[in-house]
Amino acid sequence: MAEIKIKNVAKNFASYQALNDINLTVSDQEFMVLLGASGCGKTTLLRIIAGLETATQGEVWINDRRVDHLPPKDRGIAMVFQNYAVFPHLTVFENIAFGLRMHNHPSAEITKRVHRTAELMHIERLLKRYSGELSGGQRQRVAVARALAMEPDVILMDEPLSNLDALLRLEMRAELKGVLAESKTTAIYVTHDQVEAMSLADRISVMNQGRIVQASDPVDIYRNPAEKFVAGFIGNPPMNFLVADKRPDGRWTVGGQPYDGPSCAENTLDFAIRPEDVVLAETGIKAKVNVVEPLGAHLLVTCDVNGAQFRATLDSDANIGRGDTIALQPQLDRIRWFNPSNGMRQSLEKNDV
Amino acid sequence: MTMASSAPQDPRRTGRYVYATAVFLLCAWVLGPLYLLFVNTLSSPEAVNSFPKAYVPEFNFESIEFFMEFAGMTSALWNSIKVATLTMIMSILVGAPAGYALSRFEFKGKETFRILILLTRAFPLPLLALPLAVLFIRTGLDDTIFGLALVHTTLAVPFAVLITFSLFSGIPMELEEAAWTLGCNRLTAFIKVVLPLILPGITASAIFAFVISWNEVFAAAVLTIENRTLTAFLLQNLDTSALHLKFAGGFILVVPALIFIFAVRKYLFAMWGIANR
Repeated sequence: MAEIKIKNVAKNFASYQALNDINLTVSDQEFMVLLGASGCGKTTLLRIIAGLETATQGEVWINDRRVDHLPPKDRGIAMVFQNYAVFPHLTVFENIAFGLRMHNHPSAEITKRVHRTAELMHIERLLKRYSGELSGGQRQRVAVARALAMEPDVILMDEPLSNLDALLRLEMRAELKGVLAESKTTAIYVTHDQVEAMSLADRISVMNQGRIVQASDPVDIYRNPAEKFVAGFIGNPPMNFLVADKRPDGRWTVGGQPYDGPSCAENTLDFAIRPEDVVLAETGIKAKVNVVEPLGAHLLVTCDVNGAQFRATLDSDANIGRGDTIALQPQLDRIRWFNPSNGMRQSLEKNDV
Repeated sequence: MTMASSAPQDPRRTGRYVYATAVFLLCAWVLGPLYLLFVNTLSSPEAVNSFPKAYVPEFNFESIEFFMEFAGMTSALWNSIKVATLTMIMSILVGAPAGYALSRFEFKGKETFRILILLTRAFPLPLLALPLAVLFIRTGLDDTIFGLALVHTTLAVPFAVLITFSLFSGIPMELEEAAWTLGCNRLTAFIKVVLPLILPGITASAIFAFVISWNEVFAAAVLTIENRTLTAFLLQNLDTSALHLKFAGGFILVVPALIFIFAVRKYLFAMWGIANR
């Protein structure tokens, strides 16, 4: 059992507020990903949980035990660092055994655990090597093995794959997910890579400017962004936004077309739709095509709708060229509305998403 | 080949000549005097004083032997070793923690502190030596090994601080942090992770401190009378000695420093490479 509770955590660096009233609960065995652009405070939050950074205020609880006053070694955590932090003066075996030796495990137990985790991470053959004799991917395996060998309550990972090349990252990503699910450890994983976040996470916390904007499962984050920021951050390409004007009958005009929307006091809203949720139609939002990028399965079409940029991924059979004017029809149940004044999603009354 | 030499000079070849000449001149600048010192020390007194000079050593140890039997010589040598060793230990004990603090902690006045460390080198030693001599006489530190080592430590500490600062900075913070998450506190992480990694560099900066003390002559000459170090002793006596003895004295002074520097050359280059950050 390892549940992590973060209560009202804030962090100031001099005059700069890095974290602002963070509240987050990570349940036992959950894989939580902190996702955000660089400088959003995700690493700071991870380091506060690890005990490498002290929060200016707030509490950190692991397993119903308040830990924010404890040094890292007494928190029951293990951490994997972005630059691996494999000790260069020790062999791979001694690296993995390091934490176990610090905790005075008997040597037979250490040997057993080192071999078991090394096998798990496929590095049995490297045990006698030094970190200088390893490739980046191998070092990353050693770093993960070293953390797993501790059999921690919580494993914290700070962009562990970002220093690997693309192919290796893909391979390690799948492996990491398998190994962590197997180990039944609670995991918090920091990344700026949304594909990585989507593929690994049970739940994603999207962070922006020192606060958690939305914490939910990957599909919910993708489909129902809580704020315009999330909608514009998640997805490649991200959601399209168009200005919607209220009509006298309560419907909304978007790109010259009327759509049903929320009934609210505002006179304008942001209409949002994902590029893959529009189709070519006879009538619809008029768009002037600026760029056509064939991607094999799809065409990524960048158009102009009343001066706003609008992207659509269309079927690659579509015969579209630069300068054409096309009509795009959004899939009605995928339309989302955002309040332009505060960026929050405007829910429809009836189905209340 | 004839074609190549009659063709206009290839600029790359000219570059290579300039390079080779520069290398030769620089080597000659350092090695020439050392070689002459070596030849003249290992030649008989007659050969040293005669003309033309010999350029091949005779391996005559007369001058060296004379020197080793010279009254006070061995005790001066012994004093030098004691002062230098003490300087080495003290400058590391003071310098390394300061270097660690500079590299790992943020504190007010950090930059000023760094500059102040360098500024201690701005005072010429003669300016310091006389007031120090007065102070030492008052406190009873004059003419003691410890007193002189104290002065040499102040000379060596700035280097020790800056060198260890860059050594510590070269060790990623994450290594220490990883050790903390694996069950270490600050001290055990330092002992188990940082120390093994930095030990060669510490050794180098210790030996550097040793050499600074070994070569220092002014403070040694002013602050000691009975307990002279080798440099002070030689300064006092060589002035009036014969030429071959001057060579032998110089040789005895230069050799240990040379051996030390040669032994740690790898680390000296490494730390100078990063020390000017």
